[in-house]
Amino acid sequence: MAGRKASNWWTVWGLLILLWALFPLLWMVSLSFKNPDTFRSVEPTFFPQVWVWDNYKTVFTDSLFTSALRNSVFIALIATFLAVVIAMFAAYAIARMDYPGKKFLLSMALAIAMFPQAALVGPLFNMWRSLGIYDTWLGLIIPYLTFALPLSIWTMSAFFRQIPWEMEQAAQVDGATAWQAFRKVIVPLAAPGVFTTAILTFFFCWNEFLLAISLTSTDRARTVPAALSFFTGASQFQSPITYIMAASVVVTIPVVILVLIFQRRIMAGLTAGAVKG
Amino acid sequence: MAVMVEAPAPATAEVTDRARRERRMGLMLSAPAFVVMVFVTAYPLIYAVVLSLYNYRLTDPAGKEFVGLGNYATVLTDPVWWTDFSTTLLITVFSVAVELVLGFAFAFVMYRILRGRSLVRTAILVPYGIITVVSAYIWRFAFQLDSGFVNQWFGLGDYNFFGNRWSSLFVIVLSEIWKTTPFISLLLLAGLVQVPEELQEAARVDGATAWQRLKRVTLPNMKAAIMVALLFRTLDAWRIFDNPFIMTVGANKTETLSFLAYRQNVTLVNLGAGSAVSVLLFLTVVVIAFIFVKGFRTDLSQVRGDR
Repeated sequence: MAGRKASNWWTVWGLLILLWALFPLLWMVSLSFKNPDTFRSVEPTFFPQVWVWDNYKTVFTDSLFTSALRNSVFIALIATFLAVVIAMFAAYAIARMDYPGKKFLLSMALAIAMFPQAALVGPLFNMWRSLGIYDTWLGLIIPYLTFALPLSIWTMSAFFRQIPWEMEQAAQVDGATAWQAFRKVIVPLAAPGVFTTAILTFFFCWNEFLLAISLTSTDRARTVPAALSFFTGASQFQSPITYIMAASVVVTIPVVILVLIFQRRIMAGLTAGAVKG
Repeated sequence: MAVMVEAPAPATAEVTDRARRERRMGLMLSAPAFVVMVFVTAYPLIYAVVLSLYNYRLTDPAGKEFVGLGNYATVLTDPVWWTDFSTTLLITVFSVAVELVLGFAFAFVMYRILRGRSLVRTAILVPYGIITVVSAYIWRFAFQLDSGFVNQWFGLGDYNFFGNRWSSLFVIVLSEIWKTTPFISLLLLAGLVQVPEELQEAARVDGATAWQRLKRVTLPNMKAAIMVALLFRTLDAWRIFDNPFIMTVGANKTETLSFLAYRQNVTLVNLGAGSAVSVLLFLTVVVIAFIFVKGFRTDLSQVRGDR
């Protein structure tokens, strides 16, 4: 069967993609289990000679990392929540209404999606210091919110366009109040799109690095990516490499879990928000 | 942007009243998003333009003086700006070119694969979601002399990848490609799915080879999606900061323009010249977007959200 053979070939290629995507993760895990005192060598191996948990113990007793983890989780969640709520209003209007300024809002979102964040670190650094929000959660939440909004608005308006809004009227004709119709009919239809947008926005906030190192200076607001770049070993005689990798494994776990559970949604969200389907 | 065709409004009083209500409602719902976006981008950008006209260091606030376009002259005549410009250009061209080819290959595999489809689609999202700093460290430690396996595997002895510009750029671009190819491949997959199957069928019946079908049917029908994906990835690569910062700290002429803006503004707190760099960086992005939209006729109405 020629068809069967061809399909097997595609699976082989698929396995190669799988290897390409996951191999670096294997390297990260492997490095994180090496002995921090003895792993360096003239001829390093891929896998550890002896697997040790030391790096993970150090990571979780290191206040620099634990505070960064706390900052990251809260900043990312709050910024995501605010971005999704604000974008929800805008996307609802874009999907359902006709009003002047609609095109302008969309063009502006497009422009901001292309905006070089590095061009703002100077002025923001200055403004935040005079406003007293330099090195605070709020100081990172505000710019994260801004740069996440274009993504949120697009993705959500793409999802909202697919909702059969006339069902709302139909429910009202059947005797439901406006509020009931909205809550029982529209909310369940809109929820998946909102949720998907939230995941993508969370990824963005969780990953952001440039603003995180420009607008923070202590562990009060430093997020995980910023803290990783300041990591030193348990003592000055040790290389921090294995710790950095252990910390990296810890912060990659939530990403992998989200991807595993919501693979379909993330795929739909990425393509819906970017290119017309 | 696509031209929106307004439906002519019926002239009855009731409808215009409803239209007016809808307009007000739409504006009110959009206002918060609009305000947040302006406050954090437009205002600081104007502020940067103003600052760039002054000689201003935070370490010497009393010495602030108006110098007009002097900072721009200083930046543009400094070889550092041009070195960083060429580094940024090299990284952008190489990573986007490789990603486009690789992304296409991935998109085709994901399109055709039957067994293991969702497994591949799940795996490919991992590099997309992973923290860029983490990806940069993973690749750096893989190539680093005292910890990496690359030299052992490929028999390169004690070759130091971070010892010169070209090999450093190679590693930076590699990390960039690993991290962002999934994104471009998903966009291309979305474009691929839209190519009408009957066109492919018709070409097949007419005896077109696979290569001809790709060139004459698939690619022309995907042009708009490809251009949008290219524009977004090009600008994304142009703003690259995390990889060089983590992998080389800008050593051996691997500093990029975003990195320069960061260093002038945050490390050296030289806000006058730093703001000039910021404004110039912003202008380079505008020029790239302009080239795509006008030069390559990229149809931005392909971007969702616009009707």
